[in-house]
Amino acid sequence: MSNRIDFSEHDQFSVVVVEGEVDLSWSAELRNAVLEALKGSNNLLVDLSAVSYIDSSGIAALVEGLQTAKAQGKTFGLVSVSAPARAVLELARLDQVFAIHQDLAAAGNAAQ
Amino acid sequence: MSGSPVIEVDQLVTHYGRRKILDGVDLTVDAGEIRVIMGGSGSGKSTLLWHLLGLYRASAGSIRLLGKDTSTLNHSQWRDLRKNLGVSFQGGALFTSMTVGDNVAMPLREHTDLDENTIRIMSRMKLEVVNLGGFQDLMPAQLSGGMIKRAALARAIVMDPKLLFFDEPSAGLDPVVAAELDELILKLRDAFNMSVVVVTHELDSAFKIADKISVLHEGKVLLTGTVDQVQASKVERVQDLLGRRPRTTEVDADEYLKRLTEEEYGEYIQSVRG
Repeated sequence: MSNRIDFSEHDQFSVVVVEGEVDLSWSAELRNAVLEALKGSNNLLVDLSAVSYIDSSGIAALVEGLQTAKAQGKTFGLVSVSAPARAVLELARLDQVFAIHQDLAAAGNAAQ
Repeated sequence: MSGSPVIEVDQLVTHYGRRKILDGVDLTVDAGEIRVIMGGSGSGKSTLLWHLLGLYRASAGSIRLLGKDTSTLNHSQWRDLRKNLGVSFQGGALFTSMTVGDNVAMPLREHTDLDENTIRIMSRMKLEVVNLGGFQDLMPAQLSGGMIKRAALARAIVMDPKLLFFDEPSAGLDPVVAAELDELILKLRDAFNMSVVVVTHELDSAFKIADKISVLHEGKVLLTGTVDQVQASKVERVQDLLGRRPRTTEVDADEYLKRLTEEEYGEYIQSVRG
């Protein structure tokens, strides 16, 4: 699986879709993508369904996204979190910090 | 658990001075495996660890870490390899003049060009993982023994290493903290697919976390097997270790006398030779 970041727009939110293995070699790109997407969105989701591995630097990029969103009064959440990503989030108990939605429909319901 | 070996040790022989410490050690650890190295004091387990880390040069044999023959690596290649290794030393080895947070962040500042905000989040996240959340501004002198050990582990895993070495994780800790560290080692393997080598003589800990145990005795690997295989072993020295029986070692009188008197003997020989 190649590493890539895509963006999609929905009625209630913007979505950053991450694919591949997020590690030190390109987590800075994820950080930039998330922070850039937050500039144009009040409700940002990061789709982690196709993330086969994420290291601490990748998780840090998501934490920074949440930190920035909160500071700007915006909402930030994770959606369709893959099992490998969930394991890392749970290790640091960050599953209790992020808003995590099962899928986009659930995220839409939560936003209403 | 899967994949090719992350550690391949072949016929490793080492000496301290003229005394042989490791005597033909073979060891293979697979990716994603938790390997416990057990043995009594003086069995060579810490010496093996230090050689795996490249801190000493072996007399004979070879070590391959993550597919690389460590004897052939130059300084820069060792530096690259070490980015994928984490080490938690028995005594912690924290820098006493740095805060806990700076100790943990040090490998990231040394080996990456990550943004400082990212480094702060990553290092504090690892402090959370070892239950030291919020302690980043303390100095090592302000920590208890158990906290030092956990802070050292946080530093060891801050780069999410492929291979983690952990020297005596439970030694000197209360049972609750020791059990928490055991759990953490299992979670680290599962979350990051880390391979972990734990050197210990704590039986409870070894049996809880090990995929395989290698038992060292007098510089040789007596046995490598699963927990069940080690517990079922009929090898006397293994049973001594498991049953906490004191060892009975036979004395080689000549060798013993040489050890006691060698230096004087050497001086005597020199004086005779003039």
